[in-house]
Amino acid sequence: MKENLLESGVRSSEDRGVLQYAPTHDTRLGTQTRVALTGNDAVALAFKQVDPDVAAVYPITPQTELMHKFADYVSNGEVHTELMLVESEHSAMSASIGASAAGARTITATSSQGLALMWEMLYIAASYRLPIVMVDVNRALSGPLNIHCDHSDTMGCRDTGLIQLFSENSQEAYDNTIQAFRIAEHPDVQLPVMVTLDGFIISHTVEALKVFDDEVVKAFVGEYEPLRSLLDTDNPITMGPLDLPNYYFEHKRQQVEAMERSRKVISTVGNEFEKISGRKYGFFEPYKLDDAELAIVLLGSTAGTAKDAVDLLREEGIKAGLLKLRVFRPFPGRQIIKALANVRAVGIFDRSISFGLEGGPLFNEVRSFAFESNFKMASFIYGLGGRDINVAQIRDVFLTLKEIKDTGRTDIPVQYIGLRE
Amino acid sequence: MTKTKTHPTINKAELPTWCELSGAVISAPGSSTCIETGTWRTYMPIRDAEKCIQCMRCWIYCPDSAIIVEDGKVVGIDYEHCKGCGICAKECTPKDKAIVMKEEIK
Repeated sequence: MKENLLESGVRSSEDRGVLQYAPTHDTRLGTQTRVALTGNDAVALAFKQVDPDVAAVYPITPQTELMHKFADYVSNGEVHTELMLVESEHSAMSASIGASAAGARTITATSSQGLALMWEMLYIAASYRLPIVMVDVNRALSGPLNIHCDHSDTMGCRDTGLIQLFSENSQEAYDNTIQAFRIAEHPDVQLPVMVTLDGFIISHTVEALKVFDDEVVKAFVGEYEPLRSLLDTDNPITMGPLDLPNYYFEHKRQQVEAMERSRKVISTVGNEFEKISGRKYGFFEPYKLDDAELAIVLLGSTAGTAKDAVDLLREEGIKAGLLKLRVFRPFPGRQIIKALANVRAVGIFDRSISFGLEGGPLFNEVRSFAFESNFKMASFIYGLGGRDINVAQIRDVFLTLKEIKDTGRTDIPVQYIGLRE
Repeated sequence: MTKTKTHPTINKAELPTWCELSGAVISAPGSSTCIETGTWRTYMPIRDAEKCIQCMRCWIYCPDSAIIVEDGKVVGIDYEHCKGCGICAKECTPKDKAIVMKEEIK
């Protein structure tokens, strides 16, 4: 079934940013088809529709099916992509760096240990300013060995210099993947972009989503014209030479600037994407936050469960709300605080841990911007190693927040949701 | 002796600010010759032209292309780039070495 979709799927968002750039790509509302796909298949389809030049990959659960599906597209001749089956994730990112430096539109995907093995190369991809688009299917890091979802892999590389986009469901994983190319390749940005989707919960779950015709995606991302290329023999350059104390610091400052400039680009691309899709994309999605007294902030697939919990509490007369963060890097701290300005108590959900630091990474990042705000905060760790979380547990969190609001307590220790205690 | 070339960024009196750099790339080819690696040296090779038998081994083995050759003959050492590794002296063929290492006098 095909339909034009301006009227459907539109969500509210307070943080729209300002559209500054004139559209350089086709931004007419595109034809969409409703299909049922797993998250992995949805991302593979987005990759197929973009038709990148090079993909360098190594299989790892739960990402494997993603590139398995993409390999089908390659084998069937549906894309022109050079698929490089390398011997490890370190090599996958290294090959991606080489391909991108040579001027190829380059993709890769991984999970967990694979991302950990890419670690040193992630810094290199970012510092060479290579617009690689990579997908991380979130999975807990070993050890002990675990294949299920948490965000410890993505959080571990939050300082590598990659832009990081989180997805609530297959639709957002598909949409984020398409937008990632425009963000990464923008002349003001030139940074690798990581799109994440929760392992198994999104990657292996079949969901209905709306997908574009191939040509709509191709028109949106446009032809890739690299700013510089090692294969451009008329303009020879060297990438990756020794960067001694007299230059390294300046290059790091440039990365800071690129990350800052990406904020405007992420907003602009989100706005242009809304025009072709009817779906809004900002730095975060506020859900029933306008008049909320209690709110939670979280990332990824748990937002769906949390929305149900918010609805339930609203029926009970409790003014609950949700802020679902989409962009973790660059971190929209000031906007988050602004969006939470009227909230009295906020629970920050982390699906990862920062050992030795009170509370999870997201909690600490939000708290670092909250020094002038009036709300009370508490840290909630949940879902590690794929531990399930349900509506009742999130409702309990809101009741804890209500107690914090009523008593003004600020000494609530870190809470572990669903832990046997 | 090879004269060090001038380079738009390396030999500037003041290094560029972070705003002036175009990413972490070197866009002017051959810029490594502009780096005076000779300043790293603690021992310097001294060549005696009269003892030299023109075997060219120093030229073959020098890792920094610091042996100056003109018309197929060794004529000197590029002290702007010689790091003083001593390989030339080690490889020097004559029993009574034509190249010997001497401590740098700063």
